[in-house]
Amino acid sequence: MTAAPLLRVRNLCTEFATDQGVVRAVDGVSFDLADGEVIGLVGESGSGKSVTALSIMRLVPEPPGRVTADEITFDGLDLRRMSEAEAREIRGARIAMIFQDPMKSLNPVLTIGRQLTETLRRHLKLDGQAARRRAVELLDMVGIPSAESRLAAYPHQFSGGMRQRVMIAIALSCNPRLLIADEATTALDVTIQAQIIDLVKRLTRELGTAVIWISHDLGVIAGMCDRVNVMYAGRIAETGPIRELFYRPSHGYTLGLMGSTPRLDGAGQDRLTPIDGLPPNLIDPIPLCPFLPRCRFALDDCRNRPPPDRDVGPQHRASCFADLTGHWRQAAT
Amino acid sequence: MTQVPPILRVEDLKVHFPTGRGGFGRRGAIRAVDGVSFSIARGKTLALVGESGCGKSTTGFAVLMLQRPTAGRVVFDDVDLCGLDGATLRRARRRLQIVFQDSAASLNPRMPIGDIVAEALDIHGLHPGRARPQRIRRLFDLVGLAGHLVERYPHELSGGQAQRVAICRALAVEPELIVCDEPVSALDVSIQAQIVNLLQDLQRELALTYIFISHDLSVVRHVSDQVAVMYLGKIVELGDKETIYRTPLHPYTKALMSAVPIPDPDLERARQRVILSGDLPNPANPPSGCRFRTRCPIAIAACAETDPPPHAVSAGHWVKCIRVV
Repeated sequence: MTAAPLLRVRNLCTEFATDQGVVRAVDGVSFDLADGEVIGLVGESGSGKSVTALSIMRLVPEPPGRVTADEITFDGLDLRRMSEAEAREIRGARIAMIFQDPMKSLNPVLTIGRQLTETLRRHLKLDGQAARRRAVELLDMVGIPSAESRLAAYPHQFSGGMRQRVMIAIALSCNPRLLIADEATTALDVTIQAQIIDLVKRLTRELGTAVIWISHDLGVIAGMCDRVNVMYAGRIAETGPIRELFYRPSHGYTLGLMGSTPRLDGAGQDRLTPIDGLPPNLIDPIPLCPFLPRCRFALDDCRNRPPPDRDVGPQHRASCFADLTGHWRQAAT
Repeated sequence: MTQVPPILRVEDLKVHFPTGRGGFGRRGAIRAVDGVSFSIARGKTLALVGESGCGKSTTGFAVLMLQRPTAGRVVFDDVDLCGLDGATLRRARRRLQIVFQDSAASLNPRMPIGDIVAEALDIHGLHPGRARPQRIRRLFDLVGLAGHLVERYPHELSGGQAQRVAICRALAVEPELIVCDEPVSALDVSIQAQIVNLLQDLQRELALTYIFISHDLSVVRHVSDQVAVMYLGKIVELGDKETIYRTPLHPYTKALMSAVPIPDPDLERARQRVILSGDLPNPANPPSGCRFRTRCPIAIAACAETDPPPHAVSAGHWVKCIRVV
């Protein structure tokens, strides 16, 4: 018997009506997430990573948005058919989210303590004293020194890294089954980013929380995730277990991303290999591979029909005709 | 020694911003840049790296006199820019240009991009009259912008194109040195790589000298010849790129390097990270002695006493740390 995944998404499509026409921000995304698993969504601006997460969370305003899917099941619940009130019960309690800019997610006129206890009282129905005690434990857990006295502080009195710690404390306060982190460390300096990644990894492992980690940074993804979905133009271009994807990239775009990304160790790079051109306009219909105009490996097939979702390895699929085995780098070990 | 004299020599540069507390409060100063020295050879790239608030951008601004230094010397081609009056400085500035991170914000939204580039030529009276359109076309070519874009406005461009316009405008006046202030930080990696390669090509073709300001150590490894690591207004380590990346000596450089993620799962998971505790101290009230000591994993009592002097480790490589011998 295989256990049902914690999250199952099938054929998710999200559109936005704009003055110029309808933008297909997410175009047929399907994936599973197992309990406790950490999956990365990687891609560039406009690839649909964030909108995918927001659509799952039912946070896309409709209109102008329109979300459709064949299936979005979380822990046996059909998230599509849920009322707004039911969705609100799930958000913050069983699915939590942290964003890039904690200053925008924290209320500037409420104390940190108030914002932490609010969640605890609402979702866990704790009384004032119990909520306060738990809030201190949580701040302690995310490494905020002298937690007790910091409850009375306001968000602006914290540094960026500390604010993100507070967000993590709030997110994990109700022991969620799923944490969605959207570019959670992008705005932080690298030494602070290292602290936060370390913290999220440790805590989610301890609590058995599954994570959707959204990032444009392949390096962060490499250290963080069990599995990766590479997104381009609202679609999953390639999906696979972390080592499969990094050492056996099988989509022209994945390889393009890797060639463009400078490495600290400078390995195998005298010169970066950029991807020419720009991502497509998502208003126009894209009948073929959306990466085709920028792809260095395009074949005749690519110009004639849409790419198949090809099995290229264990649990590793790519929407690409090209055989890229000649371009694989050796794994370091 | 018969070395070629450097094109730029910065000596003990200081930029302090007064912090008036008003009333009877004490007046202090944020020492954004506090005794920075380096020099660059013509045609080379020196990177200033460090995290937010370390003073790297302020250093870049002070080199161009966009921010008047509080003290120190900025000697460009044997002339101290700090001593120049307005008109002379303006003439000197033709040779020194800057490219910013947010190029869209640095381009006039009401001007077609062709005019933006032409304006730079006007200011310095270059290529007037009939030669002008041809010159602009050449410049567009040089940075990989299609000629038909001259009529476009900045908002019609992608981030990468806007950055090309900013580079184009800087190049228009035929500068010798360009301060690149986080020029690729706001761009997606595929576009970032295009601009990095463009900057490298231009440097080779035009013998440009760059001061490359960046928080991204992976990009810096690609573009620089020398690297200066800054922390709270001071350079803590300076050396040529290979030395700094292969054998970083200052504990801050080591921590910084170890914190940068590498897109390689096996390597990334096998790495020993130096996780620094805490945050950057308040720059208005920096720690005594070595400014890094409050977060330093190897600090000792003596570190609080004196600001460590630069300690030369090898030719062109120095480090400010009393624990490094």
